[in-house]
Amino acid sequence: MVARPHSFSMRHLLGIRSLSEQDIEFLLDRAEKAVEVSRRPDKKTSSLRGRTQINLFFEASTRTQASFELAGKRLGADVMNMSVASSSVKKGETLIDTAMTLNAMRPDILVIRHGSSGAAELLAQKVDCAVVNAGDGQHEHPTQALLDALTIRRHKGRLQGLTVAICGDVLHSRVARSNIFLLGKMGARIRLVGPSTLMPAGIDEFGVEVFHRMEDGLAGADVVMMLRLQRERMSGAFVPSEREYFRYFGLDAEKLAFAKDDAIVMHPGPMNRGVEIASLMADAPQSVIEEQVEMGVAVRMAVLELLAGPSHNEEGSS
Amino acid sequence: MSTLLLANGRVVDPSRGIDATGAVLVEDDHIVAAGPDVHNQGAPEGAEIIDCKGRIIAPGLVDGRVFIGEPGYEYRETIRSASEAAAAGGVTSLVMMPDTSPVMDEPSLVEYVLRTARATSLVRIHPAAAITRGLRGQEMTEFGLLREAGAVAFTDGRNTLESPVVMRRAMTYARDFDAVIASETQDEALAAGGVMNEGKLATLMGLPGVPREAELISLQRDLALAGLTGARYHAAKISCMMSADAVRRAKDNGHKVTAGVSINHLSLNENDVQGYRTFYRLSPPLRDELDRHAMANAIADGTIDVVVSSHDPQDVDTKRLPFAEAAPGAIGLETLLAALLRRVHDGTLNLMRAIEVVTSAPAALFGLPYGTLKPGSKADIAIIDLDAPWEVSDKDLRSHSRNSCFENARMSGRVIRTIVSGRTVFELND
Repeated sequence: MVARPHSFSMRHLLGIRSLSEQDIEFLLDRAEKAVEVSRRPDKKTSSLRGRTQINLFFEASTRTQASFELAGKRLGADVMNMSVASSSVKKGETLIDTAMTLNAMRPDILVIRHGSSGAAELLAQKVDCAVVNAGDGQHEHPTQALLDALTIRRHKGRLQGLTVAICGDVLHSRVARSNIFLLGKMGARIRLVGPSTLMPAGIDEFGVEVFHRMEDGLAGADVVMMLRLQRERMSGAFVPSEREYFRYFGLDAEKLAFAKDDAIVMHPGPMNRGVEIASLMADAPQSVIEEQVEMGVAVRMAVLELLAGPSHNEEGSS
Repeated sequence: MSTLLLANGRVVDPSRGIDATGAVLVEDDHIVAAGPDVHNQGAPEGAEIIDCKGRIIAPGLVDGRVFIGEPGYEYRETIRSASEAAAAGGVTSLVMMPDTSPVMDEPSLVEYVLRTARATSLVRIHPAAAITRGLRGQEMTEFGLLREAGAVAFTDGRNTLESPVVMRRAMTYARDFDAVIASETQDEALAAGGVMNEGKLATLMGLPGVPREAELISLQRDLALAGLTGARYHAAKISCMMSADAVRRAKDNGHKVTAGVSINHLSLNENDVQGYRTFYRLSPPLRDELDRHAMANAIADGTIDVVVSSHDPQDVDTKRLPFAEAAPGAIGLETLLAALLRRVHDGTLNLMRAIEVVTSAPAALFGLPYGTLKPGSKADIAIIDLDAPWEVSDKDLRSHSRNSCFENARMSGRVIRTIVSGRTVFELND
């Protein structure tokens, strides 16, 4: 195992914004190793043996929860899933009370997804164990940005200097925010493409270029990253209709042709085929969407191991 | 008859433009004389003498916007606990918002509050009644009967009236009674569930923002209706430069409008929200530093008439939550003066103006005979040490609730003694 550099001192993973460039490189390198482990017939390691991981999901998410669960299990941790439907939160218990209760059960890692921005930070202030943010409101989704970065790096060999177009509903997207922070730190050129109604206030101060036409935003791009647009936002509230949105901002072969020939297409999932991305595009050779899912498990393994693994307690390496 | 002489102090009485070394002579519950002419006159026989050397003797503060939980939310704040907090902050009169349960939309509720205040309160409580029944923004309340019962103004409290026609009629009807209509101005549709100032920081934090225009649009509507109806309109809590500009123009046009700002918006800015600290979740939201500065300037130039604590006690059930789920509001009765004195110490406000906006100006606005040291008026007095250093400590606060924006803040200047009707209701123990 690679020794932890002195620079990585995070107790929690709450967001990308607080990570350094070195932290990110280090995490991605560790994740590469986890990819190797995950491709072996015997995927189980013992670095988190005896550790308890609780996945606390206040928002339903099959994919992310499964990814964290698998990551924990491959590292040998005991993983427990708690989702809101079966929890006491529906009975009026607050986030903090739930956190205190779980904390008393002495877990080593809490993975939290919550609909309110700042919820992971709030939790981290109240519990003794490591907290991993699996998405908080419209704030951050750090493991998504890390898995996206890993996917890009494996295809392009680097992040620095690449032109990445992030397309769609930036306003409501924690994925976009985490990616903007990460790609910005790593020296990529970031373009945001979408209708102005889906761009947050002050976004032009984030070191990004904003485009309102896919043709302009995708021109010469190395990476095309599509964002999910929730259906309830497409019926007149933010954009007039699905068909109008698809016409101007949906990714199809014609629009992708403006990007570089070797551009890759990404999507954090779940996709709305025919809305933000043409069905053919999702399955096209340029698409790396399935690989993103694989990298997700690897990145989460790296994160969990780093925050709760043996090297964390200075017990030597395994 | 009991006689009290506050000797040797710096008498600051904005109602008469006095700022001079002097004394205040109190007989029973009222002021006999106050100012430099009382200086070195000696004390009448048998008078209790309080040496105020190095201290300011000012009228007791009049806080124009205070939320109390009684009746209905006594666990947050009772009239008694609010009055203790007020006394400790030098506040001798406060205007109480109608956001109680039940809502103060009936003369009997105004009477209930006044009765409870007489029995339990250390300071004067002046109820403001609802503009509309149940604060629902639809049917007008009985302005005449409510005024007779003791309501000093009309406001829908935390709510902004949505309907322009209801607001127009309320203003038109209020004019016949010379009643003040006070309102917070945030267009909820445009605010669209926002919880902090819209802009780069909100985007960074992933929190929905409230644009300044949500305040401006609602404010401009009300200012236009004030012009149309000739009513006395008070914009209760403005927060940004463009709102101050709008009020300034309305005043220039001769409309009978006034404006207030909360001490929070005069002291803090949106950067304080970082870390998702729910005690800084306020409505209107904290704006940026330029806006905060504009508020101070608007007080100095007379655009803003009054500064209020906007004291709003919230319990753990409404604050111990993720930021966007928490209720807005902060307590402030005990820290109003100290926080205001920061603007004196940093040179943005002179002492006379700072005292005026929390004494004679709100008294005039709400038609109260207080906030003055004029002979014959009730002896409501705050004795202030302008420079005393202290740190706001959560455990020392007298309010039932703990949601202060000034927790652990270092202050210079505090109230040493508070007197209501000639009787000491607070004295600092050192």
